[in-house]
Amino acid sequence: MKLSLSPFLLPSTLYTANISSKAQAAQQHTVKSVARFLSLSVPAPRACSAQSMRVHWCVLPFRVLLVLTSHRGIQMFESDGSIMVYWHALDTGDAPPVQAVFARGIAASGHFICVGTWSGRVLVFDIPAKGPNIMLSEELAGHQTSITDIATEPVQGGDCMADVVTADDSGLLCVWRSGPEFTLVTRIPGFGVPCPSVKLWQGIVAAGYGNGQVRLYEAMKGTLHVQISAHARTICALDLAPEVGKLLSAAEDTFVHIWKLSRSPESGSIEVEHCHGECVSNTQLCGARFCDPSGSSFAVTGYDLAEILRFSSV
Amino acid sequence: MSVRTLPLLFLNLGGEMLYILDQRLRAQNIPGDKARKDEWTEVDRKRVLNDIVSTMFNRKFMEELFKPQELYSKKALRTVYDRLAHASIMRLNQASMDKLYDLMTMAFKYQVLLCPRPKDVLLVTFNHLDAIKGLIQDSPTILHQVDETFRQLMEVYCGLSAGEFQLIRQTLLIFFQDLHIRVSIFLKDKVQNSNGRFVLPVSGPVPWGTEVPGLIRMFNHKGEEVKKIKFKHGGNYVTATKEGSFELYGDRVLKLGTNMYSLNRPVDTQTSGASKNSTSRAQENIAPNPLAKEELNFLARLMGGMEIKNPSGPEPGFRLNLFTTDDEEEQAALTKPEELDNKVINIQAMQDQQRSEELARILGELEVTDQPRWSTSKGDDLLAMMDEL
Repeated sequence: MKLSLSPFLLPSTLYTANISSKAQAAQQHTVKSVARFLSLSVPAPRACSAQSMRVHWCVLPFRVLLVLTSHRGIQMFESDGSIMVYWHALDTGDAPPVQAVFARGIAASGHFICVGTWSGRVLVFDIPAKGPNIMLSEELAGHQTSITDIATEPVQGGDCMADVVTADDSGLLCVWRSGPEFTLVTRIPGFGVPCPSVKLWQGIVAAGYGNGQVRLYEAMKGTLHVQISAHARTICALDLAPEVGKLLSAAEDTFVHIWKLSRSPESGSIEVEHCHGECVSNTQLCGARFCDPSGSSFAVTGYDLAEILRFSSV
Repeated sequence: MSVRTLPLLFLNLGGEMLYILDQRLRAQNIPGDKARKDEWTEVDRKRVLNDIVSTMFNRKFMEELFKPQELYSKKALRTVYDRLAHASIMRLNQASMDKLYDLMTMAFKYQVLLCPRPKDVLLVTFNHLDAIKGLIQDSPTILHQVDETFRQLMEVYCGLSAGEFQLIRQTLLIFFQDLHIRVSIFLKDKVQNSNGRFVLPVSGPVPWGTEVPGLIRMFNHKGEEVKKIKFKHGGNYVTATKEGSFELYGDRVLKLGTNMYSLNRPVDTQTSGASKNSTSRAQENIAPNPLAKEELNFLARLMGGMEIKNPSGPEPGFRLNLFTTDDEEEQAALTKPEELDNKVINIQAMQDQQRSEELARILGELEVTDQPRWSTSKGDDLLAMMDEL
């Protein structure tokens, strides 16, 4: 894979990378829409507040919204960052003083946007086709510890019964079916380590854990099909290239690995093959994403790294 | 952002400070009977360390420290260490104090970054405390103070989940972001590159609880393992042999946080990387700090709890130089950029009877009746008081 160090504008599906390193990258290179958005809307001048932030462009049927979470609440903007259309303050009512309060984990499902919180509650917002009339539709109660990540998959045909996955600090995964009322389909228990990143693709849940493991589960039943000892440190990000079923895992051990997911034609079991590994020397990675749905290139961000590094296949 | 980070930050930075001071004092050590009036002896060294450790682990101070709170700015924290370093007969010039703080920060940044598991930052803290106990083993009272803090750490942190430790780790890393001061002992050991970045090894033991990367296991619908494939992961890792101890005494296994300085490996920073740093530091100074008032309150509370045993009274202060010669120290002071000085809030480190009473009274109020945090008017009074210093 060829390494090209270049600033560039990211496509609509973006990182949920740790915002502090991303903010640096944005300020130092002309990643226009991200940089502009950050300079317009981020109220907190201190690195502390910026740390709890996550950013996600939510692609909905009729619009794209930019969603930003922090320890204060949830902000939603039009996709170019020009207008804030919605603000939701986090309810800190029953939090003990020792508890960190924040929102984390953002995903779009149909005309809903799901955002996770420190308490384990998942807020579901109903988004109209246009305008600011956004409503909190539901609060999902499936988790007891802070949400880490949420993944969704566009419903394909009438028979897709599981299209949202939520993950938390204990490693617990909840699989849901979205709708005017969300239904819990199955729970996949944790094993003592956080699950910082989760993805959903064609009925397969891909989860990256704090001990460097990547696990693939059958979404409907929650059965474990694949367990990979993929990394030597906590995984920070997973991403999927949906056209080809490629999975990307990036971790604090400086490595990025690309995997090919498939289903066995006979048994329907999930299978995986290692495609490629890349070492980003001396960089504790914190975000990674494919740059296109065919997975021919990907980009990473890292701690103390002022650049976004992009890798393309030759 | 975790509100449980400050004790870990403070104790580990304090530990590094003691390692450096101990090494410098030993390096300038003169046998007692041969020493001139202005030279350091073994007795002096022990006294300085005892005074600093005893101030650091003062019960009231620790109580304030362990209260859940956000991390404050590097500047506010630096002021606390300035005061701490002057808790005894030792005096440090601004340039030496700057160098000391740079070394402390880079050392702990390195330790946090290289911790195998987020929870291992607790083992690093225990390593520092174990070593501190070694430095003051002749003083049972101070030893008891340190053990008390040890117990408090165990009580607060040993029950935290992996997710909470990951948040603490992230909070610490944000605090240390963009600091790339080159430390010559790190450069010599090849743990830091010439651009100031730390080397992250891809070999050695994996963290406790992690498997060596390289294996894919596949299962069928019934949960039976049906295939095992190896893949090339690129590193050179081995299994971890044992877990470090989180008890009051025990083998920590982890070497991070132990004393890496010795007589033959003097502490030294290279200043050629400083210009790049000072720009980012200056930028930090220019932005108005909305937490300034809260930081002053925090400092007042902490320093109210700090009992400084030796007022700068009849005894002369002995000056410690962190550089090799006095000329070097002067040079370093001259090359420091102006901007860094202008925005510093000068808080006198001198003992002042009236002010300590005032602070002690305020502190007393906080302790006894659990009053809510300062109202705006009290904060203004404090600011006014600080202005008078």
